Amino acid sequence: MNIIITISITAFIVLYAGLFKAKKALLPLTVVGLLTALGFTIGAWNSNAIHFGMMQTDNFALAFSGICIVGTLLIFLLTQNYFHAKSDNVAEYFTLILFALAGMIMMVSYKNMAMLFVGLEIMSVSLYILAGIRKRDFASNEASLKYFLMGAFSTGFLLFGITLIYGATGSFDLDKIQAYLVDNSKAISPIFYPGVILMMIGLCFKVGAAPFHFWTPDVYEGSPTLITTFMSTVVKTAGFAAFLRLFAGAFGPLHEFWVQPLIVIVCLTLFIGNVTALFQKNFKRMLAYSSISHAGYLLFSLIVLSANSENNVLVYAAAYTFASIIAFAVLILVKQKTGSDSFESFNGLGKKNPLVALSLTVAMLSLAGIPLTGGFIGKYLMFLNVMGDYQMLLVAFAILNALVGFYYYFKVIVAVWFKDGADIELVTPTQYKLVLLVSVAITLILGIYPAIILNLI
Amino acid sequence: MENLTTQMAGVPLNHYIYLCAIIFTIGVIGVLTRRNAIVIFMSVELMLNAVNLLLTAFSVHSNDPSGQVFVFFIMALAAAEVAVGLAIIVMVYRNTKSIDINILNRLKW
Repeated sequence: MNIIITISITAFIVLYAGLFKAKKALLPLTVVGLLTALGFTIGAWNSNAIHFGMMQTDNFALAFSGICIVGTLLIFLLTQNYFHAKSDNVAEYFTLILFALAGMIMMVSYKNMAMLFVGLEIMSVSLYILAGIRKRDFASNEASLKYFLMGAFSTGFLLFGITLIYGATGSFDLDKIQAYLVDNSKAISPIFYPGVILMMIGLCFKVGAAPFHFWTPDVYEGSPTLITTFMSTVVKTAGFAAFLRLFAGAFGPLHEFWVQPLIVIVCLTLFIGNVTALFQKNFKRMLAYSSISHAGYLLFSLIVLSANSENNVLVYAAAYTFASIIAFAVLILVKQKTGSDSFESFNGLGKKNPLVALSLTVAMLSLAGIPLTGGFIGKYLMFLNVMGDYQMLLVAFAILNALVGFYYYFKVIVAVWFKDGADIELVTPTQYKLVLLVSVAITLILGIYPAIILNLI
Repeated sequence: MENLTTQMAGVPLNHYIYLCAIIFTIGVIGVLTRRNAIVIFMSVELMLNAVNLLLTAFSVHSNDPSGQVFVFFIMALAAAEVAVGLAIIVMVYRNTKSIDINILNRLKW
């Protein structure tokens, strides 16, 4: 509860600071607010408090809140020289990102469907504005309109699902829904099943899993790069936490019913994400498709529900978030210098910018899943979990897709180190260096000592 | 008010479910087939209102007020979404002089 209040108050203070033209104070205020929220998150560890029967800050919620807050903090540090060059109203960007973060904290800690809906909408409405915040840029307009129409459409599915489940169980409370499923395992109301499927469709739209992924590449490509970073890392993590809380928690007893459509969704997502990423010529669009394929790996953990499922998703989401932040930070730097985000502009980057190129290499290795990086541990845990249930075909399919992924991630590494290019020298501000170093450190620590996060939840 | 509730409860629940499913489907078809951004938007509202009607019916039938409270949440957030959505549509119109979503293909699907 304190976490949400702190973040919301920070958002208002930042808005007022913008009103009084205190531009220098915006970033320090935000950072202080987020660090306070992070302090509350750590302080509430193991408390497992329930707030008004609406939200439950158990360790699951706190761990995901922590990832979201740290990720947002790093993204805020990337705003140096980013918004200031394009707009005078920087405070609005900060406020909207903070409001979206408040919505995400609600999404990861809900105990009542109403809070899921409210949190999701707070997050989405802020993101619709952020995607289209460059008013004169046509790509940004288009991204915003597409995101808005698809978002509103998927909310409709989610709500119809919630309604049918309410009709069957008479409650919005997750614990009561689970109790209903356990008590009436032989005579579950027939309207419960379409409810589950509709909620699955609605949430798959939000996290960008195939076949509901078609908006993702366009929106990610059209939005300002910093907002894309936010959408494809922190927002995605929160979406999966919400998905997991609902399906592994409340709908857990009905696992046999919803696992079949889920397997289809996972296989489609992995296949479409990886194969389309192969053909991209634009780095930003490639990252968008790679985020679709990672959505597939994240959903993979739900195929076999075990005590470790939640922790596996946490490890994978952390590894993916920090590796992607590095990739997008480098993309912002390259685009500021060359004005293009195609693969060619990365050629020969390693000669003059060893730090940036090395961070990008670590990020690509982690996204591909090479040992000693966080991404490997994430994938390993996911596959191990499903292997435990002897679903060999599925694991083989996923590993095959991971191999396809190697190709397009290594293409970037080859371009950076071995191809001859224009020998550009990037201007790397201090804050960017800080973000790159912190993210690389987290990625490597996760890969070498996974024990620190492995039994967290 | 009492009278209204008893009358509402007099209609079998199945009828509400069928009616709302039909309205919801009309909304979905509208979103998928129409090309005008405003009409798509209206179809989305139709979907949300089908949900509202069904929630109210469930709420009356099970004598539980929480369903009707949820309707208020949906109405409030739908209003917020309308405010933002219309602003986005106006922004697109200013740049392109059209709200046909077929022109939105500069980024390919």
